[in-house]
Amino acid sequence: MGVAGSKLRGGGSSDDKRPKRAAASAKNDGKSPLKFEIPSDFQHQHEVQTAILKEVARRGFNSQSTFAIKLALEEAMINAVKHGNKLNPKKKVKIEAKITPAQAEIVIEDQGPGFDRSSVPDPTKEENLEKCSGRGILLMEAYMNSVRWSNGGRKVKMIKKNEADVLPRN
Amino acid sequence: MSDTIPTVALTTEKDVRIVEFTNSKILDEANIAEIGATLGSLIDEKTMPKLLLDFSTVEHLSSAALGMLINVNNRIKQKNGQLRLANIKPQIFEVFVITKLNKLFRILPNRAEALASFQS
Repeated sequence: MGVAGSKLRGGGSSDDKRPKRAAASAKNDGKSPLKFEIPSDFQHQHEVQTAILKEVARRGFNSQSTFAIKLALEEAMINAVKHGNKLNPKKKVKIEAKITPAQAEIVIEDQGPGFDRSSVPDPTKEENLEKCSGRGILLMEAYMNSVRWSNGGRKVKMIKKNEADVLPRN
Repeated sequence: MSDTIPTVALTTEKDVRIVEFTNSKILDEANIAEIGATLGSLIDEKTMPKLLLDFSTVEHLSSAALGMLINVNNRIKQKNGQLRLANIKPQIFEVFVITKLNKLFRILPNRAEALASFQS
């Protein structure tokens, strides 16, 4: 099972800092999603990204879709860990990724204060172009086929189909 | 993190500082902070800094990296300096188009054209 595998890779360390792979089946048949629950730090979120992108590669996603997932996943993970949970190690981020050859469905939930999508200023407006923040959500929505927020902005569900599409959409 | 691999390579052509990213991902938070600090020190060393950022090795970036680049652009503008971006791969250029940052930055196809575009 996944737990044994992570212990092996951990080199016998009792302090297992790797993300928990709860229900990921040993066969990874795509029916059982990859599940993680991690503390809010950069190292853990990076490991989750690596694991999900490995599965995306294994499922044969084309380079355009892979680029899109990589970009949106980075933005969503940083949103959850940094902007949502404010790097508080006591707060967890839950991630679920269901990757089939046809599409990647990724759900990320943090324990932060949440946010109102409609209150985020449009960073592409002339007056906002020189501001340093606010582009993560824009990029997620531009690159994924669907991005849905719930639980007061603490939870996001993103879907990317494994097909070549034409960007930019807006 | 990786102390052995520098995040940028620096060269100088006349009075233009050329910065080439040596990591294909300017995405990692630690990388971004390090690159931002390096570019900041290059801006500080001249009264009217001229910087050319060569993106030829860059295959991924993030909104945090864009934020760092905007910050660099703002600081250069404050000192009446000039910033040029060159050799951006089509997939990365799309990110600039979606965010409309292609309007904010002066982006040139290659290094030679970027160098020629600096005003003395």
